[in-house]
Amino acid sequence: MGNTLYDKLWDAHLVEQRDDGTALIYIDRQLLHEVTSPQAFEGLRLAGRQPWRLSANIAVPDHNVSTMAAERAAGLSALADPVSRIQLQTLDDNCADFQIPEIPLDDERQGIVHVMGPEQGATLPGMTIVCGDSHTSTHGALGALAHGIGTSEVEHVLATGCLIQRKMKNMRVTVDGGLGMGVTAKDIALAIIGELGTAGGTGYAIEFAGEAIKDLTLEGRMTLCNMAIEAGARAGLVAVDEVTLNYVKDKPYAPRGAQWSQAETLWSALKSDQDAVFDAEVVLAAASIEPQVTWGTSPEMVTSIGGRVPVLEDMKTDTQRNSLARALDYMGLEPGMAITDIRPDVIFIGSCTNSRIEDMRAAAAIVEGRRVAPTIKQALVVPGSGLVKAAAEREGLDKIFMAAGMEWREPGCSMCLAMNADKLAPGERCASTSNRNFEGRQGFGGRTHLVSPAMAAAAAITGHFVDVRTMGGQD
Amino acid sequence: MQAFTVHSGLVAPMDRANVDTDLIIPKQFLKSIKRSGFGPNLFDDLRYLDEGQPDQDNSGRPINNDFPLNAPRYNGASILLARENFGCGSSREHAPWALVDYGFRCVIAPSFADIFRSNCFKNGLLPIELSTEQVSELFDLMYASEGFSLTVDLHQQCVRRPGAQDMPFEVDSFRRDCLLNGLDDIGITLKSSEAIRAFEEQHRQRAPWVFELLEV
Ligand code: SF4
Repeated sequence: MGNTLYDKLWDAHLVEQRDDGTALIYIDRQLLHEVTSPQAFEGLRLAGRQPWRLSANIAVPDHNVSTMAAERAAGLSALADPVSRIQLQTLDDNCADFQIPEIPLDDERQGIVHVMGPEQGATLPGMTIVCGDSHTSTHGALGALAHGIGTSEVEHVLATGCLIQRKMKNMRVTVDGGLGMGVTAKDIALAIIGELGTAGGTGYAIEFAGEAIKDLTLEGRMTLCNMAIEAGARAGLVAVDEVTLNYVKDKPYAPRGAQWSQAETLWSALKSDQDAVFDAEVVLAAASIEPQVTWGTSPEMVTSIGGRVPVLEDMKTDTQRNSLARALDYMGLEPGMAITDIRPDVIFIGSCTNSRIEDMRAAAAIVEGRRVAPTIKQALVVPGSGLVKAAAEREGLDKIFMAAGMEWREPGCSMCLAMNADKLAPGERCASTSNRNFEGRQGFGGRTHLVSPAMAAAAAITGHFVDVRTMGGQD
Repeated sequence: MQAFTVHSGLVAPMDRANVDTDLIIPKQFLKSIKRSGFGPNLFDDLRYLDEGQPDQDNSGRPINNDFPLNAPRYNGASILLARENFGCGSSREHAPWALVDYGFRCVIAPSFADIFRSNCFKNGLLPIELSTEQVSELFDLMYASEGFSLTVDLHQQCVRRPGAQDMPFEVDSFRRDCLLNGLDDIGITLKSSEAIRAFEEQHRQRAPWVFELLEV
């Protein structure tokens, strides 16, 4: 019986298998940011421990940073919120104390940790990658075993270079055939979550396969793997192919010369064997996937743009009926209403799900030559990193957004989790390209609808959700 | 870490599925660089009617009287009864820190999200999975009798109820040992230092680029 990609990555990093079923797994790369690391560094300090291997680590501030150009230019000491300032300062101090490489806030390479990692070649195929952030699953798009961990585990990896793990089960989600026009990786991700449910992938590593996945760019694969956690799976994976190798080659921290050849050979084997057996298999037809919009307070509460908000009679159990009633109440929606009748107040294009150059281009293509609807209070475009920002500006995308009445910001997590000043007011409704529509996620009382960048841009222009395929601008 | 052996305590409800870690502890409290002090803001969006801020005095805030944890009958609860997929979403360990800081020692639910579950074990908080039916039964009993308490015995791996059969549960043996003895797993892993070094040697041959310092 053959091995899955996950089996191969697991075996290549297995340090010790223990009788009780747990294993010691070697960690190649740990990404650190300001929110989930301070207590881990404090733990090291209290125990008098040093990092096991400095070369495993790289840090970058992202979650809690201001996205306002003026505030950023004034430097950390001028940051208005004192609590955020201490947290950002603590990351700098900890990295200096423990000699952890850190990309500082004023560096062009700064960005959301999951955008920066692949962009710099700090995360590479075949690696085991962890970060105190659940969307670490993003890096699985490179053919790496990547997952989020808690702060105690951050400390554990810092101190030992390893993680105590139990092997997950294997699931394969195959998306057959080609995607329709205007349908993106984000729509695949949401459609899969709609199918599996938010707990459907719990205990599994999910490998995404099939023609539609092969056809995706590496950026699209990142969008998809990013949201594996929203289906409950800690890790999402895509096999290495030409697309992967072309993406990685010449990235700043990628191997070069003779090492590149060695890497290419090693990485080319990173795919599931023909006869590999998966514990669970799910198959979707790409042609059946339409642009998706979430209507509720969990990513599984999703339907296509032509759909309607469910009615209570659709639900089978009491728990489901309660969830639906609570979600509709929170979201301020009527049962059975058409998705296209939902009118957002705010547009957010950004987050580690959709803030790469491709996402910026997809949104700009819809917005170009048009104006944001007068009912939209704010439309934020937040590039994922300083390098994405620079690339977009070279292409003139910033001008397109601003001419339409959108704001062009500095990179960071921003309104994805609203730890900084970018947040919804109570009751405000947002068309967001991020990954979570939980209650309060984008601000206390805020209402989130998850969509692709093109769909968010289309909603910005028309003032309500609309089928992006009727808008032109994509080819 | 605080050891967990046998614990008896008052049971309180969190009666909805897919309770995410944003709901357990909203993001504004993640700005703290400490591990403690999150208890007053556990379920902040549900407990209070206004939006909480870090380091705020909570005594003057408007209370949500519809939220069960605010009811006097659940005062001092240390066992939380919950529904499917508890702890989904963000990996923030602030969620178990907040639950522990509030006074919870144990959460009982039909299922937990993976990262949350492992975060619980690291903080002396025991996540117990029972069947959906068993959890529903406990909810009914709890609602029916004020002061409803349970005893959780990690040695015997069972939940004890007054006057009814024990409910056995499964738990990862490694995690169980760590909890029973209050062990720090970093110390345990470092006992394998030699094995880790030996692994690193062959791994370095296979993938030397992994070992190069990322100079910024
Ligand atoms: S953009 Fe959102 S999901 Fe991504 S790392 Fe930042 S907070 Fe987490």
